[in-house]
Amino acid sequence: MSEHIVQKNTYFLIFGALMVGTALTVIAAKVDLDHFFHGANTVVALTIAVIKATLVVLYFMHVRYSTRLIWVVVVAGFFWLGILFVLTMSDYLSRSWWIKPIVESQ
Amino acid sequence: MWVFLVTEIMFFGGLFMAYLLYRYKYPGGFVAGSNHLDIVLGSINTVVLICSSLTMALAVYFAQTGKRRNQILFLVMTMILGAAFLVIKGFEYAEKFRDHLFPSTGFRWEAQLPHGTTTQQVQMFYWIYFAMTGLHALHMIIGLGLIAFLVYYAYRGRYTPEYHAPVELTGLYWHFVDIVWIFLFPLLYLLGRHLEAAH
Repeated sequence: MSEHIVQKNTYFLIFGALMVGTALTVIAAKVDLDHFFHGANTVVALTIAVIKATLVVLYFMHVRYSTRLIWVVVVAGFFWLGILFVLTMSDYLSRSWWIKPIVESQ
Repeated sequence: MWVFLVTEIMFFGGLFMAYLLYRYKYPGGFVAGSNHLDIVLGSINTVVLICSSLTMALAVYFAQTGKRRNQILFLVMTMILGAAFLVIKGFEYAEKFRDHLFPSTGFRWEAQLPHGTTTQQVQMFYWIYFAMTGLHALHMIIGLGLIAFLVYYAYRGRYTPEYHAPVELTGLYWHFVDIVWIFLFPLLYLLGRHLEAAH
């Protein structure tokens, strides 16, 4: 454990940022952003969520002040999650490429 | 603790994977199911949980600086906010059960669905909704139990600026549960709201 003590003001500041993020996410969800590109709302929502989660990890969970080992563990955890998503979706998304010609020939 | 949290990322990650896949396969069912959720209660719960993360962070701060009274105060506040979250969640669940939206043989969907969307697809959304929020709620209950232990031992004066690892680690766990909700809220409650506004 690192013994760096995060000051109270930092916590209040991060708390404020999280609240603003929550408000933004609700407001942005109600605006139709599909005319930019399909799925723009989801991209905005996830971007805000990732920023909020990063703030929590860095400040509330003290990772910013932690050792390199903690950094490696955290980054590896999310990287592994990325592998799960990318490999699974690359399977499911590409399945239809194979099935389609068979269906059409019938 | 961080290694444990990484296993937790994987635990929830599997469910997020299921969400991603079925949302890709059944976009219509997900929009219909999601827009039926209570956005007000969902937003309130998000605020409640972020507040509880702040009180938990402050409890850790007061443990580090050796202020026992404030530490106990903020731990109890965290528990109250956590309990409030679960009560609100309970009301939401009760409403879903009443409306036959719990995915089982009694699942009923009366509202109109867009062409190509079936009741089964909406039911799939509710499966994932109940699995993810249910697992999240279970983590909250475990967290409340852990904090109850902290309150007891803090009361006994066990935690000092030199030794307060249990407070710090429970804090990490509590913030992790908060992060899961930060993702669950937009993904479950907000995914199709822009379409609602358009019509």
